[in-house]
Amino acid sequence: MSLSKKSPIVIEQLRKRQMFDLITNGKRLDGRSLEDIRDLQIEINIIKKADGSAKVRLGNSEVIAGVKVETGAPFEGLENKGALIVTAEVLPIASPYIEPGPPDEETIELARVVDRGIRESQMIDLDKLVLIPGKIVYVIFVDCSIINADGNLFDATSYAVVAALLSTQLPIFEIHDEKVVDTGKKQEPPIRTIPVSITSIRIGNNIIIDPTAEEEACMESRITITTNSNNEYTAIQKGSTGYFTLEQIKFTAQTARVKAETLRTRLKELIK
Amino acid sequence: MDQTILIDENGKRTDGRSIDDLRDVKITIGVLKNADGSASIEFGKNKIIVAVYGPREVHPKHMALPDRCVLRCRYHMSPFSTDTRKNPAPSRREVEISKVMREALEPAIMLEDYPRAAIDVFVEVLQADGGSRCAGIAAASVALADAGVNMRDLVAACAAGKVNDKIVLDINDIEDKEGSADMPVAYLPNLEQITLLQLDGILTESQFNECVEKAIHGCKMVYEIQRKALIEKYFGNDLPEGEEKELEENKEN
Repeated sequence: MSLSKKSPIVIEQLRKRQMFDLITNGKRLDGRSLEDIRDLQIEINIIKKADGSAKVRLGNSEVIAGVKVETGAPFEGLENKGALIVTAEVLPIASPYIEPGPPDEETIELARVVDRGIRESQMIDLDKLVLIPGKIVYVIFVDCSIINADGNLFDATSYAVVAALLSTQLPIFEIHDEKVVDTGKKQEPPIRTIPVSITSIRIGNNIIIDPTAEEEACMESRITITTNSNNEYTAIQKGSTGYFTLEQIKFTAQTARVKAETLRTRLKELIK
Repeated sequence: MDQTILIDENGKRTDGRSIDDLRDVKITIGVLKNADGSASIEFGKNKIIVAVYGPREVHPKHMALPDRCVLRCRYHMSPFSTDTRKNPAPSRREVEISKVMREALEPAIMLEDYPRAAIDVFVEVLQADGGSRCAGIAAASVALADAGVNMRDLVAACAAGKVNDKIVLDINDIEDKEGSADMPVAYLPNLEQITLLQLDGILTESQFNECVEKAIHGCKMVYEIQRKALIEKYFGNDLPEGEEKELEENKEN
């Protein structure tokens, strides 16, 4: 059951006032403007045991994503497509407010929104990952561990997944006598597009991009918008207990398209 | 993606609707005797029943908030509601929908009027037909009004989507599965606030704008049905003065 609760992060009234005053003047506590994205660092192939991996740092938010490729049965209703599964876990090492245990609704939402962004953009051509139609297909797991949480985990995790998939070398499986054999050879995954997720939040009447944990503690509403390489919208999730007006939605959608471009260029460089 | 023809040459959809038509919506209020407020909704083939309990004491007590009410929301699908049996245990999808549903309803409720209390909203999907979260939200906000909870506005909800490259209103089960985009929206019609917005599927910029606007238009149509259901329940045929005129005016618009 979903219930309203207090933010675990408590911001002092004075600090909150300072944040609001700055935002009204187009500035933020960490010196960014309202539309600036924090410094993004991407490292790939950091886990040798995985088929692909990446570590992403977005400001102080840090995420590690690992890709493991197996074979298995396709999803129901998608018999002639490979399977792609994205999971995310906010580890207890990530912040003093996280406890070990089964995932709470925020974590479930995070994993599902990131998964939707990658899946709906059709980043991987899953039609090419079928071994025996309807029976055996490639199953790609992308598991994400959030190791330091400082806001905007949606985007940080999404960039980690994309980077990890771009770094992946798919094992080549073949069917011999109806059995799956790993040939030991590798291939590039069939990449079709590069999805980029951009999250904005509303504080008062202002929209800010890429919020820190402190800013998220003061937000009224949040929106995560994913676009593909053709600049089309592929996934959206509005979150938190406030509202957006139609103008604000259109504004965040427009900003998401513009802001995604530089990030997409950064991610594309990983393939070379 | 679109292999199936979902809109024929006459512009009719699989269930005979045109692209701007809403499915038949029927809301009945006060369907559960024990609940403080309740409503059932038939939204196309969706059959959903919503119960509201509260404002009441919060258990366990440490969950209570000192300055406002705790809103608790559960979206659940019955095992027999889908084509293949659904495991009755809450799935990750239901956890997420419960959350977005609560977030869609919260801005409309005057939670600050009931500090240290809880309001429980239980949404039970008896039969699912695509767009069940929107139908659930629409029924839940009527059930909250039936429970006498102080509210700023009703929450209307409706989806729009893309089918055979056309933006259509209120997509059904087949259009959800075979179509290329689905965008559920919840909207407070009088305050003009969007409280739920999701999208999966690919939309260009102009399609996106058209889709949001169409969904909001659908929300306004759902709002009129919600409003009528409430008026019918509480005033029957004796409309309070001015209301009748206002209803007529709304119809003309």
